[in-house]
Amino acid sequence: MIKRSFVGLTTPSFEYSVKDSSISGPQKVAPSKTVRLIIESPFSRSVALKAGNEVKTGQRLCIGNACAVSGVTGKIASVERYVNQAGKACTAVVIEVAASEQIDDAFANACRSNPRKAAQEFLANAPGNPPMSLFDEGKGLDTVVICGADSDLDIVTQQQVLEQSTDAVQKGIAAIKKITGISNIVAVAPQSLMQKAGSIGASAKVVSNAYPAANPYWIMKDIIGKVVPAGKSWEDLGVCIMSAEAAASIGRAFDEGKAPAEKIITVVKKNGGKLLVSARIGTLFSDVFAAAGISVSGGDRIIVGGPMTGYAAYAEDQAVEAGTDAIMVQGASDITPVSDYPCINCGECARICPAKIQVNMLVRFCEAAKYQDAADLYDLHCCIECGLCSYVCVSRMPIFQYIKLAKHELARMNTAEATND
Amino acid sequence: MTNQKKFIVSHAPFWHDGSCISARSYHTMLAALPALLFGIFQYGMPAVGVVTFSIGCAMLWEVILNFAMKRSVSIGDGNAAVIGLLLAMLLPATAPWWFVVVGTFLAIVVGKMIYGGIGGNSFNPVVVAVAILGISWSNILDFNEAYINYDFSFAMLYPLATLKAYGVSAVSGFNAGDLLMGKQIGGIGATFGLGLIIGGIYLIIRGIIRWEIAVSFLVGVFVTAMLFNMADSSKYAGAGFHLLTGYTLIGAFFLASEDSSSPVNFVPMILYGLFAGLMTVLIRNIGAYIDGVIYALLVANLLSPVLDKIRPKVIGKVA
Repeated sequence: MIKRSFVGLTTPSFEYSVKDSSISGPQKVAPSKTVRLIIESPFSRSVALKAGNEVKTGQRLCIGNACAVSGVTGKIASVERYVNQAGKACTAVVIEVAASEQIDDAFANACRSNPRKAAQEFLANAPGNPPMSLFDEGKGLDTVVICGADSDLDIVTQQQVLEQSTDAVQKGIAAIKKITGISNIVAVAPQSLMQKAGSIGASAKVVSNAYPAANPYWIMKDIIGKVVPAGKSWEDLGVCIMSAEAAASIGRAFDEGKAPAEKIITVVKKNGGKLLVSARIGTLFSDVFAAAGISVSGGDRIIVGGPMTGYAAYAEDQAVEAGTDAIMVQGASDITPVSDYPCINCGECARICPAKIQVNMLVRFCEAAKYQDAADLYDLHCCIECGLCSYVCVSRMPIFQYIKLAKHELARMNTAEATND
Repeated sequence: MTNQKKFIVSHAPFWHDGSCISARSYHTMLAALPALLFGIFQYGMPAVGVVTFSIGCAMLWEVILNFAMKRSVSIGDGNAAVIGLLLAMLLPATAPWWFVVVGTFLAIVVGKMIYGGIGGNSFNPVVVAVAILGISWSNILDFNEAYINYDFSFAMLYPLATLKAYGVSAVSGFNAGDLLMGKQIGGIGATFGLGLIIGGIYLIIRGIIRWEIAVSFLVGVFVTAMLFNMADSSKYAGAGFHLLTGYTLIGAFFLASEDSSSPVNFVPMILYGLFAGLMTVLIRNIGAYIDGVIYALLVANLLSPVLDKIRPKVIGKVA
């Protein structure tokens, strides 16, 4: 953890981790007994999805329109209700892993008839979370950004993929060009990987090492040269941003004719030591910890994703998902609790905000639940969600949480209004 | 589920730079020490009495208000102690005990807690207290009267009062070096210019106060005083005199820069400081009061939220 320097006049500078030889791996982690797959649809009983059913590797498990592709062969042990970290009702499918693996050939068959449809059906939860809008013809995308830089601190997953799976990324780019017809592909990578980025059939651009340069909004602003207006996304500007791992997944899928399931994860130990592991999607965190030699105890914090933008897991039997780039464990003594103090107006947040939002005022409106005013007067929707304001807050307010809550509540209110009309 | 390990779950970010309000308060007190110790050295035990009693009273008022308002006890953040300390530094060493009790009541209760506590006050609590005390008991805050029984090796005259009463020629005896080294009478912690500057620079380097406010306040005082002096040097004292007397230095480094009552954006901070400096000299030179810092800061505090509307264009803002 980076602490405030003695000379507080200077703003703290954050640098992304650069992958070097000190980081070992990727070490392969096999699920010990069960895996847990998440389907992003509320729980409902169905014949296809009930305990006792056999599942093959690469088989789709669907509820309604939402599907998960199994990364293992085995038998469904249970189907449970699950609420994900964003508060969305989902379904968790627990699968007992069988000793021998059988590959489902549904993807290979689908590929032959319609590769675009096959990608949409089978690759939505492939490692790296390939954005499905890419295969949506109505989106009007004209640029694809392949990001070989990690978007949060302390993670080296995407660098690892770009460095070690260059072939797969290259094949992925070729597949994307072929399926979507988009020819403008930009590979974004840190300076150390520029050679790799230049060799994969895309125009290579350097991303700075200073946080939050690899944030999608900042990639848009600094590298693509289009500022994303408040409340819009990069896709509204015709740009699809995806991780190098997502491109590698697409590449592998079409190359090998099966949906990939091996996810590269940076594991950060309590003492800050890092290693890379490779695990099937659905592998429980407890298996990853056992393989990495980490013992967790009550009072620790398990962080999924990076230290600035990740989320905290509440149990060891939560599982690796398609977007789980990192798992960090923080010892109880390293945790700085948030406080219920009010803002003292020191202005640290406003000075560190990369988007130049006046956070000290914004947080007052958010605290008072004046969400619409927060958006109208103090630029709530310009927030790029980097977490720097909470990091420097002297009062230790959960500013980032207030901002996310405000955005969530506004979205909910707008949906409610739209359905009332 | 019952025997499962209980992990800490919270929202991102999971790192923090370790800064906290109490550390800020303690460093502010540390920065005030050089000037304070000099005052104690100069005025002896009565000064110790005023300072300690003031800090104690301020904390006590805060605890009482915490209970009255049914809020958690907040004196642990050190803010009440800082307010008590700064208030004592502005008072004469001869201030009677009830004066300190009333002063801390005004600062903590009227200046801070009724707005909801730390961060809610729109005026600097210390400045509010001194303003009310000065209007109500101007004789106690009259430093010439206060130190009538003291005798030091230098002129026992409050420089600003002398300037007001007898004009520029009467203050020609004060030279900048002596004023900087504290050879003047005044508040317990407000006379030792060098100590205040050292403390202020420490606070600026540690990032506890915003240099823009302190510097622009001093520039405001300097430029305005200089213009007056250039217009009529027989009637108005020089810029150096205004910088080193009264509450100017303690105002710049400890009062104007109070977090809650000052702006946070760059341009507003500069305007706020310049305005407070300008008002200070205007009040001193053509107003009725001897020292203008207190009232100038009150007016500047009032302007602060309006000034803070001047802000940089947010990236991604749709016009």
